[in-house]
Amino acid sequence: MKTILSGALRMVLGAASLGALMTASGAALAAAPIRIGVIAEAQAIAGASIPQAAQLAADEINAGGGVDGRKIEIISYDNHSSSADSVRAFQRAVNEDKVNAVIASYISEVVLALEPWASRLKTPFVTPGAASNEISKSVHADYEKNKYTFHGYLTSAALALSVCDAAKELLVDKMHMKSAVIMSEDAAWTKPLDVGYEECLPKVGLKVLDHIRFSPDTTDFTPIFNKIEGSKPDVIITGISHVGVQPTVQWKNQEVPIPMFGISSQATNETFGKDTNQAAEGVLYQGVSGPGVAVTPKSVPFAENFKKKFGNYPSYAGYTAYDEVYYIADAAKRAGSTDADKLVAALEKTDWEGTIGRVQFYGKDDPFTHSIKYGRGLITGLMLQWQDGKQIAVWPKEVAKTEIKFPSFIKLTTN
Amino acid sequence: MIDGFAISALYALGATGFTLIFGVSGVLNLSHGAIMVAAAVAAWAAASILNVGTYAGALIGVAVALVTAFATYFAVVKPIQDSRRIPNEEKEIFVLTGTLLWGIMIQELIAYFFTNNAKTVLPIVEGVVDILGVRTPKNEIFTAIVCCLVIALLWLLVNRTRTGKAVLAASMNPRGVTLLGLELTNIFIVVWAIYGILAGIAGVLLGMFLGVSSYSVGPLTASAFSIVVLGGLGSVSGSLIAAFVVGYLETITAYLVSPAYRTIPALLLLVVVMYIRPQGLLGRR
Repeated sequence: MKTILSGALRMVLGAASLGALMTASGAALAAAPIRIGVIAEAQAIAGASIPQAAQLAADEINAGGGVDGRKIEIISYDNHSSSADSVRAFQRAVNEDKVNAVIASYISEVVLALEPWASRLKTPFVTPGAASNEISKSVHADYEKNKYTFHGYLTSAALALSVCDAAKELLVDKMHMKSAVIMSEDAAWTKPLDVGYEECLPKVGLKVLDHIRFSPDTTDFTPIFNKIEGSKPDVIITGISHVGVQPTVQWKNQEVPIPMFGISSQATNETFGKDTNQAAEGVLYQGVSGPGVAVTPKSVPFAENFKKKFGNYPSYAGYTAYDEVYYIADAAKRAGSTDADKLVAALEKTDWEGTIGRVQFYGKDDPFTHSIKYGRGLITGLMLQWQDGKQIAVWPKEVAKTEIKFPSFIKLTTN
Repeated sequence: MIDGFAISALYALGATGFTLIFGVSGVLNLSHGAIMVAAAVAAWAAASILNVGTYAGALIGVAVALVTAFATYFAVVKPIQDSRRIPNEEKEIFVLTGTLLWGIMIQELIAYFFTNNAKTVLPIVEGVVDILGVRTPKNEIFTAIVCCLVIALLWLLVNRTRTGKAVLAASMNPRGVTLLGLELTNIFIVVWAIYGILAGIAGVLLGMFLGVSSYSVGPLTASAFSIVVLGGLGSVSGSLIAAFVVGYLETITAYLVSPAYRTIPALLLLVVVMYIRPQGLLGRR
């Protein structure tokens, strides 16, 4: 039934486009839409925002007349958080749906599986949320082959830097903290993150007392918290994304007296408060944007429009996916074409003020080729805290709204 | 150690229902994990979306598990058992596959409506107490007490009431029970009801204690399955012992070795027991 219908639809569409061709000849060709495939984890808290944000960006661009008269068309695929499903979706997007570029996934393992396909099928590919260093390192290692992949989010190395920069100002300078324990899940993205943490935390004045890596399918965090408490650190530096709700709730239920600070991807989504029954209170997490935080003039309007349309604020990958649609459109405009190689060349010259800051990509000679640049004036990331059920920016001071505060069970060892 | 006790008691509660069903009706219910998760997610949704309060939420969770258990029996298990087209010797395989698929269906429905994110049920008792220098959440103690109470009630039910005795008899010799003039189907319904309530309580407590997501379905079924196999299929007391062995082994591994290897020793033990004593610790067959 479905195939008959779609067959009929195709005939009608074919006839219509034939008609359009005959009347407008050359103009009709130019007005073919720019197709962007969006492959994401539609059921996951961080991934659900990706296709929604991309669609929002496309709708806005189209309402403004599109790119030189060409509309942006978003075709989305649910990958069920699986690499195999993502690869199939990528093949289908390129071979059958004829997309010009792909935006995909916040999971590093998935992105690393897709990267060779972007090279084989010569299709520009941007990830809105994966962090592994390997993504952009492979571009550097074999540029000609892998130049189609762009890393639209901070690398784990840059994320570690962002956390350390914030830790220095907030924890060391203000609260005189001296020691930390790193707690991270065992996944591709945390390996370089942990290396980064181990290197930069001592530099900012936090001695690393212990380093705990745990399996991402851990459900009981009691032993982990007990072990951490045993080494008496001033702060727990987190690197968690696949888990989030469970460690946070158990941290609160067990009244672990040590603050959590670092990366906690699930905490970037507004629904995290409800999912944890507000156990998130006091959790400090790194983000690239947050509700009500004017990183750039575009950040707040985007978050509000998103909430109006979808009922909640976007996750971090929503912000990046929204920006990505815009700068892919911008690159297509500058290139005057959607030819893959021309699009890649134009993307490399991207200088786009988005919702997360000013987006530029590292060049061919940088070890992190095609990853977005980290630094003041570009993208520094933020530190936010859950306070009274809301996500509030506390760092950097240009956007900070308030001071850090902790629930009563947190016993700060220093002042 | 209290942590280990609470976990073990939870495992025991989950596995008891599972083994009871197998003992009485020979059904290995592979949708077990899905029913537990459904209970926890229902309790979460009732408490935080509908704002009915913690107690009512927990009750709704148990009720949902009961309904789901009956649905499993009437929509999946019974049609297969009553079917004339499936040869008797293949029915067990059909039931296995049927309940497995049913479990996946429930899991996907939960993921679709509530995302695959972990949910946690608000604890009934908040706060912590100090026991011998270890800060223990009161809810953990509550969990352990409820589990013990429920298991004790179950023991009373099975050994002291007429219905319970019928259930026990059915698990030993189903044909004998029918000869005594008892309707086997009624016993099955009673068993599934007990099972639904047990799985519901276990699910809600698990939701409070550790939190569950649609991803937990597989591991929960697997843990119940391995506990029951370890203890001896169909033996309730065997399952209880096995639950504590597995619970403590996991906790000790997590504390002394590394949280990353938590489940491995228990699985190794299972393999060893399978070699030495294939019928399980207290298995009859």
